[in-house]
Amino acid sequence: MLERKLKDKIFTVFCIGSVILALVPLLSMLYTIIFRGFSVISIDFLTRLPTPVGTPGGGFGNAIQGSIITSGIASIIGIPLGVLSGMYLAEYKKSSFSKLVSFTADVLTGVPSIITGVFAYLLIVLRFGSFSAVAGGVALATIMIPFIVRTTEESMKMVPWNIREASIALGATRWQTTLFVVLGAAKFGIITGILLIIARISGEAAPLLFTAFGNRFWYSGVFKPVTALPLMIYNYAVSPYNSWHNMAWGGALVLVAGIFSLNIIIRLIAGRR
Amino acid sequence: MRFPNLFFYFRKSEGQDRIFQFFMGTVALISIIFLTLLLLYELIKGSMPSIQHFGYDFIFSTAWNPVKDEFGALPFIFGTFVSSLLALLIGVPICIGIAVYVTEIAPPKISAFISPLIELLAAIPSVIIGLWGIFVFAPFVRDYISHFLIKYLGFLPLFEGPGYGLSMLTAGMVLAIMIIPIVSSISREALLAVPVLQKEAALALGATRFEAMIQVILPYARGAIFGAVILGLGRAIGETMAVTMVIGNRPQISSSILHPGYTMAAVIANEFTEATANIYLASLIEIGLILFVISVIVNAIARFITWKYLRIQEN
Repeated sequence: MLERKLKDKIFTVFCIGSVILALVPLLSMLYTIIFRGFSVISIDFLTRLPTPVGTPGGGFGNAIQGSIITSGIASIIGIPLGVLSGMYLAEYKKSSFSKLVSFTADVLTGVPSIITGVFAYLLIVLRFGSFSAVAGGVALATIMIPFIVRTTEESMKMVPWNIREASIALGATRWQTTLFVVLGAAKFGIITGILLIIARISGEAAPLLFTAFGNRFWYSGVFKPVTALPLMIYNYAVSPYNSWHNMAWGGALVLVAGIFSLNIIIRLIAGRR
Repeated sequence: MRFPNLFFYFRKSEGQDRIFQFFMGTVALISIIFLTLLLLYELIKGSMPSIQHFGYDFIFSTAWNPVKDEFGALPFIFGTFVSSLLALLIGVPICIGIAVYVTEIAPPKISAFISPLIELLAAIPSVIIGLWGIFVFAPFVRDYISHFLIKYLGFLPLFEGPGYGLSMLTAGMVLAIMIIPIVSSISREALLAVPVLQKEAALALGATRFEAMIQVILPYARGAIFGAVILGLGRAIGETMAVTMVIGNRPQISSSILHPGYTMAAVIANEFTEATANIYLASLIEIGLILFVISVIVNAIARFITWKYLRIQEN
């Protein structure tokens, strides 16, 4: 009996230990990001261009701008395509075609983000002969689309069937029902899903490495290279300069703060629902 | 006069519906099926020079010499495989421990607090985990974990010194941290899906919590947890930035996990913009093609398993 109780105790300790083992790295990350980041961040850091090595000052202003631009381009491409495809799967799901689309979307969500970068490089950078904000946006949109398809499909399927019947009984056509009634009822779920995926792509560096490529100046057009926060953080982190490492932590704090505030907005929306 | 009008209206709306359905179906066709085919087509087209030049040898060759135009994918396939395996070996027991603690041991108030905290880990971008990996975690691994392993287990080829900070082991541990949120949350769902009666019956027969877990609950949830593990494997295989930053980026096959390595995703991230020669670029794209195929297969398997055992969406 004693041995059995001992085993039970050891098991309990193992489980508690697992939680601690998972929380320690998380807390260590948050601690370093906050402490090392805050010592760098200033108004200049948020609004200035980066300076050359050895020159103090300068900031990640263009990276913040570039992050908003690349995520924006990805959203412009990804949201309409994703939502429309998701609507089709939710409202007309009968054929083997829609099953194939649904399964392919699921498999696409698992494609490594670096592959979407290679794809956008081959598709756009090679054809136009230059790294560009558009190529970065396309790489990010490729990550976005399958997620938005799934989240739209799931949200619209949760809308009770009798709401559709009520709408059709009132004389609305099928497409009016889909577009104005079901989509309206599912909008909170869809918006939550879209914000979640925007939060994810705004932290992606891998798809941008050889599409948006990076730039030490302000944004100058969609067909020109552009930088983004995760890109700058990577370039500064792997550089040999100590002052650049500090800047990378500042960038990390800005990026994490942005992503966490998006997550808080998501929680608030989900709470309102 | 009303009836013909209504009838006409009905016909008209049916036409509109067909157009609408056709339109949405076309968008779905383009944005999912066409996109996937285009992705595959571009990868195959881009890697054609390398496929034609090296053939099957590419997969089994360990040569990686851009100066001499010799390329082989084996060190990277090996690195991806070993780092992901390490991630599972380290991460999966922790994930199951977390899932058991949250569902069975912790008071509801504490588990309601812990689960979102662990899911916060999923919101931290890969590149920031890499940043932390370089400056905080890798020195820790070098000074404590590697040091300890070499001192006591250094006679095994697996733990042969010298210990580097940026190594296969560091990469495996960072990957383990990164797969924790997804694998532990699906495992938790799997444990919650076990009927309470099963557990209560075991406890009523005098089993301790450990025995009920090992003999009743875990076997019941085994399938879904396995699906979660495969999903975690898919994540680990494709993970790029954090691994690139901590694995040391050396194309070698070493028996020791304390030595640097390289993965498929990392070599693409690192060398793609440097690849000036045609065959160099094509080789990197072919590595991308291999990575794409492997991750599609792994993810498809994970989907089938999790769909079979529980219908939950990862999001």
